[in-house]
Amino acid sequence: MFIINAPVEQTIEIDHRIYLLKINAPKITSIIKPGQFLNVRVSERVFPLLRRPFSVCDVDGEHLYLMFNIMGEGTNILAHKPKGSTIDILGPLGNGFNLTGDYKTAVIVAGGLGAAPFPYFTRTLNGKKDIISFIGGRTKDDVITYNLKNVKEASDDGSRGFKGNVVQLLEENIELLKSKNIKVFACGPTVMLRALKDFCLKNNFNCEVSTECAMACGFGICQGCPIESTENEEKYLLVCKDGPVFNIKDVVI
Amino acid sequence: MNIDLSVKIGSLALRNPIMLASGTVGYGNEISEFTDLNKLGGIVTKSLSLKPRKGNPPQRIAETPAGMLNAIGLANVGVEVFLKEKIPFLKKFDVPLICNIAASTIEEYIECTRILTTEETIKAFEINISCPNVREGGLIFGNDLNAVAKITDKVRATTGKPIIIKLSPNVSYIAAFAKAAKDNGADAVSAINTLVGTAFNINTRKPKINNITGGLSGPAIKPVALAKVLEISREVDIPIIGIGGIMDWKDVIEFMIVGSSAVQIGTLNFIDPSAPGQIVQQLEEYCEKMSIEKISSLTSSYIL
Repeated sequence: MFIINAPVEQTIEIDHRIYLLKINAPKITSIIKPGQFLNVRVSERVFPLLRRPFSVCDVDGEHLYLMFNIMGEGTNILAHKPKGSTIDILGPLGNGFNLTGDYKTAVIVAGGLGAAPFPYFTRTLNGKKDIISFIGGRTKDDVITYNLKNVKEASDDGSRGFKGNVVQLLEENIELLKSKNIKVFACGPTVMLRALKDFCLKNNFNCEVSTECAMACGFGICQGCPIESTENEEKYLLVCKDGPVFNIKDVVI
Repeated sequence: MNIDLSVKIGSLALRNPIMLASGTVGYGNEISEFTDLNKLGGIVTKSLSLKPRKGNPPQRIAETPAGMLNAIGLANVGVEVFLKEKIPFLKKFDVPLICNIAASTIEEYIECTRILTTEETIKAFEINISCPNVREGGLIFGNDLNAVAKITDKVRATTGKPIIIKLSPNVSYIAAFAKAAKDNGADAVSAINTLVGTAFNINTRKPKINNITGGLSGPAIKPVALAKVLEISREVDIPIIGIGGIMDWKDVIEFMIVGSSAVQIGTLNFIDPSAPGQIVQQLEEYCEKMSIEKISSLTSSYIL
């Protein structure tokens, strides 16, 4: 974990409302793993006060990319960071995806901005495992396929790809999935993850999921981000420190 | 010039006035990666209860203008696990360790103190009578002068170590509570705990945190905290540890001027966990520049 002041190299609007912030951060890019996150202080002012957590979207040499949409004041400031300004980053934080194992095909399942961690994931796994990406969103604008491979799309309103949610799209492809030795890696809204958990348990698919929760510090001292464990009812896990990636069997979603 | 940053809280000597507030440093291990604990005046543990507490379900926190609401619900490992698993790490540091104790009954305060007081690493106790986020105990005690008097008296009878009573700002006359603490043997008071607040989502019409209300902290509460410290300082002769929205060294000076002997840094640890160590350095530079030989001379140096 470091706190660094990193120069902003570029802010890219990759799709309308979806931004990529390109930062120079060799100290972090040399160690960060897919699925880990960073806690970003968007300004030195007291409003917004808290850091904003972002999963690492992509890494290219010394360049680090964060993906976000404008949700409020913090992300609005980030989207308008001028080139050459710096941002204060704390990270890398949390546990990333476990990419090792004897599976042959990584199945990415993402809804909306849940696609954010998977460009780096794809880059890291490229050539080592086969990848199929199931990407869903409410409408065509919410289906984010930036830097992903072998994409199957779904939208709730049918404006892009399969009409329905991404778990229904998995069901449609169940024979394909069953014919391969797969491991599922997922990130997205709670309703999606809930349906995905049922789907994976029913079909006995191993699945890791990246979770999210409002948090302040990002490294375990504020205790602000509990998630219910299936193993121990007496104690919460923390999204920031014990996660954000969990085996889907280990957490109550 | 040789600057003396040391301060005294009753019989508790600190190398400087910068302490880390309960609930914002866990049990020290995570923050030690960012700030050298040996450079600080003291650290206060997360509130400990007799048995482990799970805490409240999410959402536990929400950001507000210049502040944050939290309702963690005193999630903690309990005294037994604390002594077994957390103390060995804290033992490695040469920094006064203050244990914060939270309880649902007077008997539980006594029992926690009785168990913890035998551990030599623990130099003092901060008694949390003012947590706004649990149903029993906590703020119910903090709002009741007789309860504060009784808890202080009973804990006093249980330990010879310094006792600090952490006061709630959610009362109309905080000085009365400081006086009750003093009259019953407390060595100091810390002020303030968080202010009760809430925030609602205007689309769902639901509260932003699961507990409905939470404790407001951060720079938004600093003026309230300063006023409470000043009130105690003018009316009760007891050392005060000032807490509330400290973001930099200037805030520390301000808290000392209105009556604090030392301060605790809280919410800032979440934003910049390296800040406490830097603030110690900056205080020294300030004293040097202002020709202040002893930082303790700033305490209650207000001019009204």
